Amino acid sequence: MARTLIKGNEAIGEAAIRAGCKLFFGYPITPQTEILEYMSRRLPQVGGTFVQAESELAASNMLYGAAGAGERVMTASSSPGISLMMEAVSYLAGAELPAVIVNVMRAGPGLGGILPGQADYLQATKGGGHGDYRCLVLAPWSVQEAVDLMRDAFDLADYYRNPVLVLCDGVMGQIMEPVEFADERSPCRPLGAKDWATTGWQGDRPRAVINSLYLDPDRLQAHNRHLQAKYDRMTRDEIRCAGPDPAEPLDLLVVAYGASARVSATALEVLKTRGVAAALCRSISLFPFPSAAVARAAARAKAVLVVEMSAGQMLEDVRLAVGERRPIHFLGRQGGILVMPEDVVDAAERILAAPAVREGAGG
Amino acid sequence: MAEIAAFAKPASLEATPTHYCPGCSHGVIHRLLAELLDELGIRRRTVTVLPVGCSVLGYDYFSTDCQEASHGRAPAVATGVKRARPDLFVLCYQGDGDLASIGAGEIVHCANRGEKVTVVFVNNATYGMTGGQMAPTTLPDQETTTCPGGRDVDQAGYPIRVAELLSTLRTPAFIARGAAHTPRHAIHAKALLRRAFRCQMEGRCFSLVELLSICPTNWGLPPAEAGRWLERQMIPYYPLGVLKTPDGPDRAPLPLATLPEAAPGSAR
Repeated sequence: MARTLIKGNEAIGEAAIRAGCKLFFGYPITPQTEILEYMSRRLPQVGGTFVQAESELAASNMLYGAAGAGERVMTASSSPGISLMMEAVSYLAGAELPAVIVNVMRAGPGLGGILPGQADYLQATKGGGHGDYRCLVLAPWSVQEAVDLMRDAFDLADYYRNPVLVLCDGVMGQIMEPVEFADERSPCRPLGAKDWATTGWQGDRPRAVINSLYLDPDRLQAHNRHLQAKYDRMTRDEIRCAGPDPAEPLDLLVVAYGASARVSATALEVLKTRGVAAALCRSISLFPFPSAAVARAAARAKAVLVVEMSAGQMLEDVRLAVGERRPIHFLGRQGGILVMPEDVVDAAERILAAPAVREGAGG
Repeated sequence: MAEIAAFAKPASLEATPTHYCPGCSHGVIHRLLAELLDELGIRRRTVTVLPVGCSVLGYDYFSTDCQEASHGRAPAVATGVKRARPDLFVLCYQGDGDLASIGAGEIVHCANRGEKVTVVFVNNATYGMTGGQMAPTTLPDQETTTCPGGRDVDQAGYPIRVAELLSTLRTPAFIARGAAHTPRHAIHAKALLRRAFRCQMEGRCFSLVELLSICPTNWGLPPAEAGRWLERQMIPYYPLGVLKTPDGPDRAPLPLATLPEAAPGSAR
């Protein structure tokens, strides 16, 4: 199949359309704006609807309304805009509505900068909005993977009736890469009819009410338990990660996602030529986090290095997975500055040269 | 048995008691809307959007598909529903705290985009659900729990006239203000609502009816007295009538008065 050279943001838009996304609501913000522009151009060509909202707050609530009416819907923004959408994300989760939300992350906090960042990890995976809820969070490390994950994101949103966040760093949005858009394929999960959607009540089903309000505490607790059971199923069934090869010798385990994983992979090639046994465990699903895979790989290594464009957010999940069993090191950059391969190489060599690690301690 | 038929419950209302306080206008307004959904035969394609406020439990009362919306966001949610399914009739039911305060941005842009939805704006000059706080529509010197000495216009400004404000926009099709505190006013309100519903059914854009209503509980007045208070205090500030119709040659906003300090040579 033909490959197309395309910018990440545009590829994300095209992948969404091919996944059956019918409506897009958004607001301009760098470095996400090309998704908005692409959708404004492309969606009408395929019979879809594009609305430029007055704010991210409005866009995310339009998303809620359209999701409740049973259509495949999407919005995209970048960090400060995603913060504004957190109200609707909590309502989407509470009312169990399927929607895909792309965050092309930039550096924060506050207005921060327009260069890439990975500092929205905690917001995406631990809540962000109010209440006990989780979003499925998927993080691509290439434009091709962004395209593939977008396809699955809509199916997973429908299957779980839950918002799915696609967490791209600004690098994924802005780079151009050759991409293959897959042919029509069946959904990655079995999908039923949306008989819960507000499509007009003909009397042939219970009245559809999209709602997250339960004034009776017992009913609200029961609703919460139902949601938690769903998040438990996601944790059991939706873990996605890549590497390391269980057959390879392993002194240093590198854990990273998105652009930082890409940089780390380059560094590992350099380290390999120097005879260093280091390998990457790349988290693709951030919620659920591949805790077991990280713990298993860490057990084979002498030390762990976490690489992020943040002050250490995924680091917390790695610590929870590995505990005190191995020393865990962190390499991070902020302000929109990418981690460079030589930074990873230096960190890896320094960690493995430390006396405690050389003697094989830490087990 | 014509009398019984006249007082039958509209099919568009569920057979359930409401949580509204005695004398509250919501019950009357719900009935007017339900009667119209029945009479126009659109109940089965209606989605009612109910945001935070006294009417948040409206999904238990309206016998239609419903979406609850977060505080102030009903026009955005309604936009999403209507854009997803243009064949549906989308009814948005908002109070004054919801529409004129926290949702002021959403209502202006929903109206200005000309979304083909109908908004019913219930103005009782206070926050009912949370127990009578100052709203953007609270009248000067009106006492509430957050302006115990009366609304001080030096601090809070003058109340917002939503219908007039939105009528300055070029796009909307129909904007009117009625009241629901007497049978006579309710009949007039129903006629306004019918015209607003018709706009949406005919594929015209945004329509809104503001309805002045009483809140005896939070005003601290018996219902009959509350009605007189509305008559004396609210109607002079919030005049009743039609502010914008779809019948004009274009969607021009209300004409501005000649600007008193227009720049020299300004064309008029």
